[in-house]
Order: sequence, then C-alpha cells, then structure tokens
Amino acid sequence: MNRIKRLTVAAGTLLMLMSVLLTAPAHAILTIEITQGVDTGIPVAIVPFSFDGTSKPAQSVSDVVEADLTRSGRFSVVPRKDLPASASADAEVRFPDWRALKLEGLVVGSVQQLSTGKYQVQFRLYDVFRQSQLAGYRYVVPAELLRTVGHQIADLIYEKLTGERGAFNTRIAYVTKEGALRRPQFKLQIADSDGYNPQTIVTSVEPLMSPAWSPDGQRLSYVSFEDGRAKVYMQTVSDGRRQLLAEFFGINSAPAFAPDGKRLALTLSRDGNAEIYIFELGARQLRRLTRDPAIDTEPAWSPDGRALVFTSDRSGRPQLYRIKAEGGPAERLTFEGDYNARASYSPDGKMLTLVSGHKGRYHIATLRLDTRGLQVLTDTPLDESPTFAPNGRMVLYATEVRGRGVLASVSADGRVRQLYRLESGDVREPAWSPYNRELQH
Amino acid sequence: MKKQFQFGAVIVAVMLLAACATKPTPPAEAPTPEPAPPVETAPAAPQKSAAELEMEAKAAEEELKRQQLLSEERIYFAYDSSAIDEPSRAIVEAHSAYIMENPDVTVSLEGHCDERGTREYNLALGERRAQSVQKLMAAYGVQAKQIVVVSFGEEKPADPGHDESAWRKNRRAELVYKLK
Repeated sequence: MNRIKRLTVAAGTLLMLMSVLLTAPAHAILTIEITQGVDTGIPVAIVPFSFDGTSKPAQSVSDVVEADLTRSGRFSVVPRKDLPASASADAEVRFPDWRALKLEGLVVGSVQQLSTGKYQVQFRLYDVFRQSQLAGYRYVVPAELLRTVGHQIADLIYEKLTGERGAFNTRIAYVTKEGALRRPQFKLQIADSDGYNPQTIVTSVEPLMSPAWSPDGQRLSYVSFEDGRAKVYMQTVSDGRRQLLAEFFGINSAPAFAPDGKRLALTLSRDGNAEIYIFELGARQLRRLTRDPAIDTEPAWSPDGRALVFTSDRSGRPQLYRIKAEGGPAERLTFEGDYNARASYSPDGKMLTLVSGHKGRYHIATLRLDTRGLQVLTDTPLDESPTFAPNGRMVLYATEVRGRGVLASVSADGRVRQLYRLESGDVREPAWSPYNRELQH
Repeated sequence: MKKQFQFGAVIVAVMLLAACATKPTPPAEAPTPEPAPPVETAPAAPQKSAAELEMEAKAAEEELKRQQLLSEERIYFAYDSSAIDEPSRAIVEAHSAYIMENPDVTVSLEGHCDERGTREYNLALGERRAQSVQKLMAAYGVQAKQIVVVSFGEEKPADPGHDESAWRKNRRAELVYKLK
C-alpha cells in the first residue's frame, strides 16, 4: 500500500514538473490599453472558472475572457471584489443573488485536468433576468491552447450579447524596428490579437515591409530589402519555409492575396514605372493589370475577388481607383482631400479603410462604397497602414506617439480606441489575420 | 568617397597650376655686355601676359567648383515632388561628366522619401526621384549601363526626426559609386 502511494506521489510530482515546463507563462510584448470606451458598456460578470486537477495551468481561461471583453470597450465587467459571495462553480448559480447587479450576462465555467494531461474547459453564459442559458460549450485541449479557448469563448459571449461576431480569436502581424539609426534590426512578428504569444517570422538588418496574410491564415507574404532592394517573399507560418516570389528589375512590393488564395496582386516597376500585376501562384504566371505612366500601387482585393482597389497618382496626387480583376478601365473613387491611399476592404465588401491626407496631415478614414462618403476616424497627423479586423468592426493602424511608432485601433464608428505599445523600439505595418481555425467543442 | 574627391581636388589643382607654370616660353635673348666683372644673376622667370594669368585663375576656379559639385552626393527634393532644381542640376551635370570620363564606375541612384504618406506609395515615389536623376544623366550623355536605380522609400531615413527639418533631409536621391 505504502509503495503504491509513494509511486503515485512521484508520478504526480513528475507530471507537475512537466506541466510547468510545457505551460511556461506567455507574456505580451505588445501591451494594449484602452484610450476610449463607450460610456455605457454592456454589464457582465465573469466568475473565475473553478479548477479541478493536480497542476493548475499558468493560463487562466476566465482571465483571458475578461481581458478580451474589457478591451473591446463595449462591456462593463463587474470587478471581482463586487461578485456575490456565493459565486463559484456553475452548478451553484443562484440567480436571485445576481439580480441586484443588473447584469445582461453572467459567465461561469470550470477547467478540469484530464488523465491524458489535457484540460476540459466548460462554460455557460446566462441571461440573469430571464434566468436562462444563452450558450454553453465544452472543449478538450492541451495547455498551449487554453488562451485560444478563452478567445473563442469571448467571441461567443460577444456575439450573443452584441449581435455581432467577435474578433478575439485572431492574430496580428506587424513589423518592429529596434537598435540604433545606423544599425537597426527589423523583425516581422505575429502575435495573438491581445498581444500575447509573439513569434518572430523574419529577422533582418535591412527593412521589412507590407506583411499580408493568406486567406487561410497559414502564410505571410512580405517585402524584404535583404538583397539590397525590394523583393517579395512568401513564408509558411508554421514551419518557416519560404519562397522568393518576385525579384524582377525595379521594385517588387505591395503583395496582396486574392480571396481564393491562388493569386497575389503585386506592384512591379519592371516595365519602367510602378504598375499592378496579378501573379498566379500555381502556374507562376504574371498578368499586368494597370497601364499608365503614373504610379499605380497598393492593390487591395474585394472580398468576392472580382475587383481591386488601388492607389494611383494619375490625376496628379494619390487617389483611390477601382478596377475589375480581369482588367479594364479604372474608376476613380476618392475626390475629397488631396491624398487618398492604401485602401483595404471591410470583410463585407461595403466599405474601405484608407489613409486620407490633407495639407500634410495623414489620418485614417473609411469610405462607404455605396455613397462614396468619407469619414475621418483619427486626428493624429502621421497615421498609416489601416487593416480591418475580420468582423469589420475595428480598424488597426500604425501611428506615432511621442516620437515612437505604435499601433492603435479605432472602432468603425469611432467610439472605441486602443493603443498597442512595444516594450522597446518602433512597431508599424500591422495586418489583421483572418479568423483562426475554430477549436472543436 | 568625399575624402577622395577633396584629395583629388588638391592634386588636380596643383597639377593644373604646375601645368600652367611650365608652359614653354622662348628664353629672353640678352645682348653680350661690355667687359664687366662677372655677376651672378638668377635666371629670368617666364613672362606671362595678363590674359594668360586670368585664364589660369579661371580654370583653377572652375576646377575647384567642379570638385565641390562632385563632393555633393545627395540631391534634395521638395515635398511630394521628383523635380530637380537648378543647383541640383549643376551637381548632376558634374557627376555626369565624371562618370563619362570613368567607364569603370557605376553609380547607384538611391531614391528616398520622408515618412509622411503611405509606405508603398513612397517606395514608388523614391524610385521616381532616382529616375529623375537618371533621366537627367542620360540627357548629359551618361550610358545606361553605368547607372543603377534603387528605391528605399521612407525605410532608410537620414534623420529619424518627425519634423520638417528632418523630413527635408530625407527627401533625397543619393549617388553611390561602385567600381565595376
């Protein structure tokens, strides 16, 4: 009896040591703060999920949920100290205890360590007033996917309570620049959209630019100056394998994946000046799309893959134009302000986000494609590289605060704003990923 | 490269002056004097006319000016423009002459922008600036095979500041020489 007991203790200790090694706390290199939220957030309470097992994981699922909902600026999360004393595991929800807080949503859940080493995460979302369950799911995941579960749960809660799809289970790609002026170091990194789990994709002593996600979120295309001039590469995120896609004479830049993932729009100046080309990835064939002595660049595909919007200065200064993917005449879209460039479509195809400049000040704006109405969202003067979240509700962009490059986001209606700071160095050129693959539940 | 030009400038200036100084002139013929004690006299320096002296000075001044222009390796541009102004044209002309005299060199024209506006548009604008210089060089007679055009857009600023005094230094085309 004693021997079995000792073996059990030994095994338990070993398991604990292993799980500590496997679940080393992930830290955020990017720290995010809300600089503006809506006045009346949707009131919710999140009871810290209970844990059942021998080794508690370093990542707390309910903490991730709480941070996501708070960061969206649309929720008012009840502080932990104000939760009723009876709050604990979901089997014991006593609705009368919660009515006083006037909540719209109550989240309870549990994390259970399984004998396989994986964790079972269960959660329920309740409508306190109606005393009914709005959602309830169960996941079984290894420790390294616990944060992902938290983001997926946050997306579900967001959708149930706002009626819109969330965008927490996503990633962002961005370029960082550190080091001295004469000896800089550039990195292309990806991180979870809350800034956690940063991963370096490329490091270089020469500039990196224009990261672009493939529609399946598996690859990134980007511009690198490592050979002394701009060339376009494509790299698989999971294993780092990469290909040189374009090193034609002149500039090779501005990669943009078509929605079918099989074509890439590019800017090439091989024929003497910057023009848009479409590159068939399978057949390795190039087709020229624009023919104009002006600068034509920054192509962006419509979500249905049938058109591209691009920047051209054919009328004298940069403006936005739209052209059919198979070619043809270009239709001018922007007429306000003296500089409109770097368009990016919203996921529903109805709107563009762009950089809109006037008298040397450059802001982020949106353009409705039906009315051609331009709405300026920022008033800081050095804004660039806007990218929509895959739910079309937030725009992430690069800006400058006190001389340092930072990222910022603003909701499409301008009401919620956040700032993303790097621990050291400048961050720029953000690209919001498509939705991550959903975990089974 | 700048140091070499200055050194070269000095060498060339000295050589030119020396060349002017040793221009051959017929020695003066003096009539034999009546018996007199032999007197040591220094040989007469070659006589030059005022016009010759003026030409020498002017050539030296032009050479110095040429060397000064050659020591300038950056052309600057106005905001959102790729037009080359008058003083810059003189710089490009001097470099063009130098390149044509030296078939072994290649010049890389590197175009740059200040940080305002979008990065990809600036990459193309930087190229347009470098191409402006290239077109002007071609007009002066430089062969295409001696020129390479490259753009870095706003990615390699000369000055990391965020105001006009910095931006002015970043809107540029740099002339970088390479030996073949």
